[in-house]
Amino acid sequence: MFGYYLDLAIHSLKRNRLLTVLMVLAIAIGIGASMTTLTVMHLLSGDPLPGRSAHLFYAQVDGDPTPDYKHTEPPDALDYQSAVDLWNARRADRQALLVDSQIKAYAPVAGRPPLMLMMLSTTSDFFPMFEVPFEYGSAWTSQDDANRARVAVISSDLNDKLFGGKDSVGKTLRLKDSVVRIVGVLKPWRPSPQFYDVRGGRFSQGDTASFYTKPEDVFTPFFTGLEINDGNFYQFNCWMPPPNPGHLVNSPCNWLGLWVELGSAAKVVSYREFLNSYAQQQKALGRIRYTEARLRDLMQWLDFNQVVPKNVKLQTWLAFAFLAICLFNTVGLLLAKFLRRGGEIGVRRALGASSRAVFAQCLTEAGLIGFIGGVGGWLLTLLGLWLVRHQQTPYSDLVQMDVSMFLTTFALAIVVSLLAGALPAFRASRIAPALQLKTL
Amino acid sequence: MQIQPILAALRKHRLATILIALEIALACSVLCNACSMIASRLSAMHIDSGVDEASLGFIALEGFDPKQASDLNARVVAGLGAIPGMQSVHVINSVPFGPQAGAAGITLDQAGKQHGGVPEFYVGDPGTPEALGLRLVAGHMPAADDYQPITNFVPSNSRVLITRTLAEHLWPGANPLGKEFWTGPFQFRVIGVVDNLAIQQYDEEGEHGAQWTVFVPGLPGPQLAGTYLIRANPQDLDRVMTEAKAAIARIAPDAVLDYDNSHTIGELRHRFFQSDRAMAGLLVGVIVALLGVTAFGIVGLASFWVAQRRKQIGIRRALGATRADILRYFQTENFLIVTFGIVVGVVLAVGINLVLMKFFEVPRLPLWYLPIGVVALWLLGQLAVLVPALRASNVPPVVATRSV
Repeated sequence: MFGYYLDLAIHSLKRNRLLTVLMVLAIAIGIGASMTTLTVMHLLSGDPLPGRSAHLFYAQVDGDPTPDYKHTEPPDALDYQSAVDLWNARRADRQALLVDSQIKAYAPVAGRPPLMLMMLSTTSDFFPMFEVPFEYGSAWTSQDDANRARVAVISSDLNDKLFGGKDSVGKTLRLKDSVVRIVGVLKPWRPSPQFYDVRGGRFSQGDTASFYTKPEDVFTPFFTGLEINDGNFYQFNCWMPPPNPGHLVNSPCNWLGLWVELGSAAKVVSYREFLNSYAQQQKALGRIRYTEARLRDLMQWLDFNQVVPKNVKLQTWLAFAFLAICLFNTVGLLLAKFLRRGGEIGVRRALGASSRAVFAQCLTEAGLIGFIGGVGGWLLTLLGLWLVRHQQTPYSDLVQMDVSMFLTTFALAIVVSLLAGALPAFRASRIAPALQLKTL
Repeated sequence: MQIQPILAALRKHRLATILIALEIALACSVLCNACSMIASRLSAMHIDSGVDEASLGFIALEGFDPKQASDLNARVVAGLGAIPGMQSVHVINSVPFGPQAGAAGITLDQAGKQHGGVPEFYVGDPGTPEALGLRLVAGHMPAADDYQPITNFVPSNSRVLITRTLAEHLWPGANPLGKEFWTGPFQFRVIGVVDNLAIQQYDEEGEHGAQWTVFVPGLPGPQLAGTYLIRANPQDLDRVMTEAKAAIARIAPDAVLDYDNSHTIGELRHRFFQSDRAMAGLLVGVIVALLGVTAFGIVGLASFWVAQRRKQIGIRRALGATRADILRYFQTENFLIVTFGIVVGVVLAVGINLVLMKFFEVPRLPLWYLPIGVVALWLLGQLAVLVPALRASNVPPVVATRSV
């Protein structure tokens, strides 16, 4: 029966081409606009570490003792003392202290100009915690952390740039005034967003595109990094001007991040208690004054920072409002199309077709329009994504259509057209045969 | 023209009428809000930076040893100054649309109780305000002895220029000259007021704070190094900028040119508003597509109605109605439907705007946008219905005599 309805639908679509083209165009434009924005949303709001994110937590305590503002929420970064205390306590399954900074690096080949790189200084747990993939070599050890070893892991981009993509483990790299030995080279790694550096989203007024930049090019052990790049660190905020800007160890500034991995709900509870008791203890010692502490898991932390740029959210809403308009438009046109065929439907009814059969036939036609519109919408989505890729945003290189979005395009197109077709089809199926036959 | 028969006819086509009216309503609400968003982005893009943008460029260096800062400054100022066409080179911490160099909360009393907002601070060496082209509206420009060595962030006690907007914010109605403010241990006394000087990283939502800036006179040194303001004739600027960037490798081989931030101010401004331009372009695209789709919907439905009523039209014509009568009938019908849609649409537009204001910090919809949107949709409706209505008016009276 479906094959017959499909035949009828194709026949009917051919009969009034202008109307068909209008409907297909409306659906294609609506689908194209909404799928472009939906794909960008999907890429930007996804879970960067599916399956693991629920076990990763960002720890916050409030090291700022000044009463200048209401301390209802601890700052987004930790001061040196709190961060190192919490890290040293080792109460979690894994813990990674981290800070990023810009550092001058010298190419191993003489004659090439030095370059500025972003360096992440972190502790050895960082790599297994965040499932960072290695191409060559491996992460440094916790012994290297303790010894402040002059070692580094480099990104695949930097390895391509400096060593032509070859295995550079064992080679050395001059960072500022120090020489570090490369112990590992990463595979291309592009988390979206660059979640471990996310902070300050609530102060950015939705302008959060910078959360989607590429990961750093050089990774060094935490204390090694603090030593070799001393004087080049930036604070998240300071409650007093630091005596020596750029040198933030034991300064009145918040500047460090601490991520912990907690494998079970019980561990989360006990870590939360630990954080609170640490804050209480430090308050008792007189070092801090406010004891608000937070332990958010990765996705909660991303939500708290409202990582999806405001522009992208606004565009998504706009696109769906637009799709709704296209939907109304299609309903109107389908209604016109089906009711115009009153005579034909009357004959079918008189020859014994049930109203349900007429309904199914009309819906088939609507679905076919949706499918063709979906193909158009898919092409328009590809065009839309191409436009997004050519915008200068940090996430431009991420934007592409994956299988799930490809399928969603067609699903959305067909659902939308069936929704649009339901009402006109219902009206058409209620056409009284006798009345129509009389006018033939 | 009688409206009664039209309403009676529409009542028979309630569903289609409601659909098209709803489409108009949605279009009206999206149109008004999109236009308002475009306008706010465009007005943000036209902010007056207060400096001679066409003549100025910014060179930023990184990776140098702070101990060599004074030496570097001397080399760069002398080296870039030798480029033909270069009018001046100054050490400045940043420029409008350049990297954010220093924002700090200020207080109007030394004890730090009376907060005055968070302005951005520009620090520049002697002659910088003149090179920037700041327009003084009160007081005087810093004299030679106002430029002091910078201890930490700014000189501990400085005589500064502030913008008119900041002056009005801090001391409404009062003469700002000679007034003082503090940030932490640093004291500032106002010696001059300039017309405008935009902040470095302007954010379109905080428009009122866009001109909250302080210019602090300072002497180059370890705390003020590596970032330079260059000035040339507008027609020379591009060439001078290119030559300056190329010259850095020779003048300062120990530093790394920050390609990302070393541009003319015009380019920095262009880049700064790129996402706003993209968004405005997208909104224009949406509006065009939206109006197109709505118009097609009206054309489709009106054509259907005309075809359906062919016989009735013929009868009316046979009974003496003129072509103009028929034309006017369909035009009035369209006008009524669009009006229904608009009434709902205006309410929807204001409602959507309230939601957007809450969640996206979109500015309030100026009410005069509503009549413009209304007129635009009326015109669109009339244009869209014209072709089917003309077709209707061409139905010959003889149709009435054919088979009933």
